Amino acid sequence: MAVLDQNINEASLHRLAKRENYTFLGLTMPYLVLVGAMIIIPIGWLFFLSFIGRDGSFSFENYERMLNSRAYFRIFMTTFKISMLTTLFCALLGYPLAYFMSQISRKWASICMIGVLIPFWTSLLVRTYAWLVLLQKKGLVNDIAIDLGLIAEPIKFVHNTSGTLIGMVHIMLPFLILPLYANMRAIDSHCIKAASSLGATPTRAFWTVFFPLSIPGLLAGLLIVFVLCLGFYVTPAVLGGGKVIMAAMKISSNIELYFSWGAASALGVVLLVVTMIILFIASKLVSLDQLGQGR
Amino acid sequence: MTDSSLNISIHNVTKTYGDFHALRDVSLEVTSGEFLTLLGPSGSGKTTLLMVLAGFTSPDYGSVKFGDEEVILKPPHLRGIGMVFQNYALFPHMNVEQNVGYPQKLRGVSKEETRRSVEEALATVKLDGLGHRRVDELSGGQRQRVALARAIVFKPKILLMDEPLSALDKKLREEMQIELRQLHDSLNMTTVYVTHDQKEALTMSDRIAVINEGQLMQLDTPNQIYRNPNNAFIADFIGESSLLSATVKKGVASLGSSELKATQKLDKDGEFLLVIRPEKLFIADKKSNDSNHFEGIVEDSIFQGESQLMVIKLDPKTHGDQSLRMRLPNGSAMQEKLPGIGEKITLGLKIADSYFVEKSHGGS
Amino acid sequence: MGFLDKHVSDTQIKLRSRLWLYAFSAIILFLLVVPSLIVIPMSFSDSQYLEFPPKNLSLRWYENYFFSWKVENGFNDWMAATRTSLLVAVLTIFVATPIGTLAAYGLTNSSSRVRAILFPIMISPMMVPIILVAIGLFYFYVQFKMVNSITGLVLGHSLVAMPLVLIIVLSALKNYDMNQEKVARSLGASRSRAFLEITLPQIKFSLISAALISFLTSFDEIIISLFVSGGDNSTITRSMFLALRDQIDPTIAAISTILIIISSGLLIVSQMIGSKSQPN
Repeated sequence: MAVLDQNINEASLHRLAKRENYTFLGLTMPYLVLVGAMIIIPIGWLFFLSFIGRDGSFSFENYERMLNSRAYFRIFMTTFKISMLTTLFCALLGYPLAYFMSQISRKWASICMIGVLIPFWTSLLVRTYAWLVLLQKKGLVNDIAIDLGLIAEPIKFVHNTSGTLIGMVHIMLPFLILPLYANMRAIDSHCIKAASSLGATPTRAFWTVFFPLSIPGLLAGLLIVFVLCLGFYVTPAVLGGGKVIMAAMKISSNIELYFSWGAASALGVVLLVVTMIILFIASKLVSLDQLGQGR
Repeated sequence: MTDSSLNISIHNVTKTYGDFHALRDVSLEVTSGEFLTLLGPSGSGKTTLLMVLAGFTSPDYGSVKFGDEEVILKPPHLRGIGMVFQNYALFPHMNVEQNVGYPQKLRGVSKEETRRSVEEALATVKLDGLGHRRVDELSGGQRQRVALARAIVFKPKILLMDEPLSALDKKLREEMQIELRQLHDSLNMTTVYVTHDQKEALTMSDRIAVINEGQLMQLDTPNQIYRNPNNAFIADFIGESSLLSATVKKGVASLGSSELKATQKLDKDGEFLLVIRPEKLFIADKKSNDSNHFEGIVEDSIFQGESQLMVIKLDPKTHGDQSLRMRLPNGSAMQEKLPGIGEKITLGLKIADSYFVEKSHGGS
Repeated sequence: MGFLDKHVSDTQIKLRSRLWLYAFSAIILFLLVVPSLIVIPMSFSDSQYLEFPPKNLSLRWYENYFFSWKVENGFNDWMAATRTSLLVAVLTIFVATPIGTLAAYGLTNSSSRVRAILFPIMISPMMVPIILVAIGLFYFYVQFKMVNSITGLVLGHSLVAMPLVLIIVLSALKNYDMNQEKVARSLGASRSRAFLEITLPQIKFSLISAALISFLTSFDEIIISLFVSGGDNSTITRSMFLALRDQIDPTIAAISTILIIISSGLLIVSQMIGSKSQPN
């Protein structure tokens, strides 16, 4: 029986194992190269650009201008205001609908879900355009309101905050309803039954048992909607008609009109950082309550 | 002309996952044409060893030879083995014929030859004529046979099986055990079979390799392993047995205050276990020189169909505070005179059947 | 007990007292669906203001769209833009689907440590605000003279579609018994053969879904196209957006209807394929 040269054997086997791992890593390479070249590098570059002043040297002037300028202040306020309002309205309109869907039979819930998914899958442009048409002076909304005698004169719904809000709520609602509904469906009905049997009125049972259990889904939906609103471009651009300026639009105009990459990048970096912070908080919340969801 | 099968030489195979030692320096030889079973509890390393043989797991170091050829660095698809997995893993997008014919397709075998060998394989596993069935139309037992047919269609020299019968119900399993063994005999392949069922191992194997905690405990024929287990673990794992704590001093074994006679040479002092197979005990009317005797009280007497199981509590004064199990075939003469529960009883065990193992090794 | 006296919740609330919820939900659902689809009937209206219900029916906006290449005004060659969008969407299928599928396969077979590091990087295009991706790409393309190019568009759209492909294929592989590849290899198939002949056919429905999603994502993509395409290679979404900003061109209603038909058609096909893959 030949004595095995353990060291040589060990090295070859080690190499073999490593080669296997590298092969699988290699399969992910094209993907990573694409993402690396087209997201990481450009955004890294933008980050770098944000620190280049008008004269081409390293400076904080872009950030200083943002902090001091009245125009930028208004933009931050508008962005924040619209995002908060949209999120709020989505919650107010979406929670009851999600609750309704979670309480009816699965068959009917699926049918309702189609109603939620139709706007979700309809092109953003088509929906935005639809609201543009519906809300215009001679549009359907004004016509119906006048016919019903609610108002005498057509109300200006487009090219202002109202129109923007209406459009954005319509677009964002599915994003809130989907995670919220999923969460609600998963709530153990026995908890509610238990509360009832212990003497809670239906209202009390809802607020003390159901609602708290639905908070993770609600929070997930709210965060998704808020983050999407912050960076939103198309709908405010169209329905706001240039009067409602949000961050994304300012970034775009900085480049298209003024070619000031420094300013655009700085604003972009701020947007990115805020988004990342919110997503980070969201990820912590999700993992925390997966721990805490004891039944 | 049948090709001769190959022997397998395993040397010093070691595999660790972090702190966990799956295999510790395992070496064994599988004779050409033999049916060898790797037997052990879950997590013992037996499946890991099989995967090393197949090439799906690379050990940290060690050698595996098929015949004269070192295969440890070869990828699985070049090792020329046939393999049957625990859940059969039949390809659902192909029918039976295509499943069984797949290895031939891989080897570039001609269409007619493929068809012929598929028919032959299906006939061997008694599934003639089912070639056109889809996989989801088959019963569990039929799927198992298809998996088998697929593994042997290209006449591999080595067949590896990973607990192939564990998903079947008892009756079918016992039938298949016999069929698999017959298949092996007719096909002249070297078969390595993994199971945790000791009865299955005893039924089917030429030799059994008992593996526990990554180590080879004993490699022997079923008969030898049953009668002379190397250590307490094997004694406990294989077959049913009662293990009595005994002490050995200066070559003499004693249980409590009574002396026990043995055929083994007991040259080590220390704690030992007397391994007693329940069917080897008999009711002794009188003491004889060729047996050891035990006195006690009947604690339980259970009818189990083909046998009667009796649990006897030994007399603490003479034998220490321990219990024995005895199994009597029903219908034997002894049955008439069976003592009832609570009654005194004296048992005998032939010296030749009195087997001692050391208490420390191999876990207990 | 009348219909309204039915108990509809775990707390034994009667339907009667919940009617407000039913009505509210119906209204919201109505408001969700109608604005999405109302463009369709409106597109057949004769008037510049796209009345509903249309007083006079006409196909003039569709004519505007389909024969836009004839018009000399140079403002909007809708057909050319549609061609560009279709071309880019089809090419995106062939870029995003293979790359995403291979990456999913590689990830599935890697250690969980590797997966935990790579997965967040791979879904980053979904996490970063799309406006930033768009201007980043624009800047990048300017350096390499790739602005207004089909290549630039395809790469940009693939970037957005790939995370979706990744998620779809990862989910399909999770439900797939990898043991079958092991079996195939034990029978003599090399790793790549086992993947191509055994695994791929069994996840083909997910692959088709992924391809359709890639197409839709590219076809509907607005923001990246806005910055990265232009001139001859403007996409239909870009042209529509620019037209929207400047005036309410009713032709857009006709185009929207066609977009809805294409999207719904593909989604229905994708659903049917999806249900085919699960016979139970």
